[in-house]
Amino acid sequence: MKNFTWIKVIVFLLCLIPLGLLGWNAFTSSLGANPIEVITRSTGKWTLVFLLITLSVSPLRKISRWQWLIKFRRMLGLFAFFYVCLHFTTYIWLDQFFDLMAISKDVIKRPFITVGFSSFVLLIPLALTSNRAMIKRLGGRRWQNLHRLIYLSAIGGVVHFLWLVKADLQRPLIYGAVLMLLLGFRIAVWTRLTQVVKFFNKPRTTNLRSGLWATALRGRPEHSPRSNRAG
Amino acid sequence: MLIKKPSDIKGSEITDKEIYLNRRRFLIETSAAAAAVATGFVFPGYLGDSGEAHAGTKLDGVHKSPLSTDEKKTPFKDITNYNNFYEFGTDKYSPAKNAKSLITRPWTVAVEGEISRPKVYDVDELIKISPLEERIYRLRCVEGWSMVIPWVGFPLNALIRRVEPNSKAKYVAFTTLHDPKQMLGQRRGVLDWPYVEGLRMDEAMNPLTILAVGLYGEILPNQNGAPIRLVVPWKYGFKSIKSIVRIRFVEKQPPTAWEKAAPNEYGFYSNVNPEVDHPRWSQARERRIGEFWKRKTLMFNGYADHVAHLYKGMNLKTHF
Repeated sequence: MKNFTWIKVIVFLLCLIPLGLLGWNAFTSSLGANPIEVITRSTGKWTLVFLLITLSVSPLRKISRWQWLIKFRRMLGLFAFFYVCLHFTTYIWLDQFFDLMAISKDVIKRPFITVGFSSFVLLIPLALTSNRAMIKRLGGRRWQNLHRLIYLSAIGGVVHFLWLVKADLQRPLIYGAVLMLLLGFRIAVWTRLTQVVKFFNKPRTTNLRSGLWATALRGRPEHSPRSNRAG
Repeated sequence: MLIKKPSDIKGSEITDKEIYLNRRRFLIETSAAAAAVATGFVFPGYLGDSGEAHAGTKLDGVHKSPLSTDEKKTPFKDITNYNNFYEFGTDKYSPAKNAKSLITRPWTVAVEGEISRPKVYDVDELIKISPLEERIYRLRCVEGWSMVIPWVGFPLNALIRRVEPNSKAKYVAFTTLHDPKQMLGQRRGVLDWPYVEGLRMDEAMNPLTILAVGLYGEILPNQNGAPIRLVVPWKYGFKSIKSIVRIRFVEKQPPTAWEKAAPNEYGFYSNVNPEVDHPRWSQARERRIGEFWKRKTLMFNGYADHVAHLYKGMNLKTHF
């Protein structure tokens, strides 16, 4: 593949559109009657959207065989972290105005805030170890295991949304369904992998086709930092 | 020649403008009704003298009320664009867009149950049973935001007195229109439609409790619960049921829409109470729409002097 720099710049700018729109609406006072609520909702929504986009990179790559998709995963993941930081800041600053007593009470007493806060905290080590130096230092396997925390964080994020709404569960359930699809794909791949292992350990009498399909699905080793480096 | 000086006419002798206008209105209406009867012709959607009962039409003869607050009123734009009215969508900004489909005239309200004078009222008739008053009330939503709204309406107790409840009438149950054709939010089972609400008889009789038909001196916009809605200012906003079609006097505590949806979160009483949190969030503070800083939520939304006695001896933690 050719130089991706300019595509990366475009994707980077696209990822900033939600923030840009929010800023524009704030500037033109079009955030409605309850601007703080709109900002909180919007940054929360885009956190979930970017988590789901990040989680869809690997499945898409496996299905399409477009290995270059992996080049965008880190940026997308960092944008999820960027929006969750804005979301958290909105809560701490605009909503609670640094009332630490109220905040700590909320985090302890309100399950939806407890879950949301935990999901945010889980993303911090991922953001901190997203650079190449940290991948090297941790080693591919350990880095990969650490970064599986995104699964927990995304589940927590959807639960946070689900527990927050009063009656209309439609939107959180849509996010939940997409997340289940994305995680389900991984589970399917992993079970196939165990089948492949069994397949190779067994005497060659089983159906060859299912084994080949599994190998195809597997593609290159998932989350391998090497594939990150290889052009 | 005797020309009376103006001072000779006592103020009390001058016919109040309202009364003579009402007289005139009465004449016009009765003659119109008589004509309708005589010709066998019924005016389709006859709207009374005001011409068209559309949102934005100014309401005449609205009196001020000592029960009004003098706090800064929330702008009309915010009151009419930031609504919880799930019949028109669960998003705050949906009702303003979707409520146009609601047809508010002709509209009837069935008043029935344990009363000696049950009747199906035309809404324009109902509006006239008592002089209209402006009531500027605080509104506190269970979600933690609040507004100051200049309602126009009349005390519910004026209607209650008129229909003469019997001794079995312990509660009043209210029902919103159920028509998914007009109310697109009802096409999804977000709540158990139709929306229902209820008050204890003494709560319904309290002078603060009104049936509102207007806002900012004008006919109520659809998204705010046209043509007629309840306003109970010391309770969370969802108690103030909108677009009412039935008022029923009953012996047993009636079910309410939010209680049915989540009984552990929304009780029958739902009085504003900073000390009893919603299971999922604190009720200690609120954000007044248009303000940055949160303010402390007041017991009974600041109406404790008027209503605290209704709940004497009750445990408000269990009767939330």
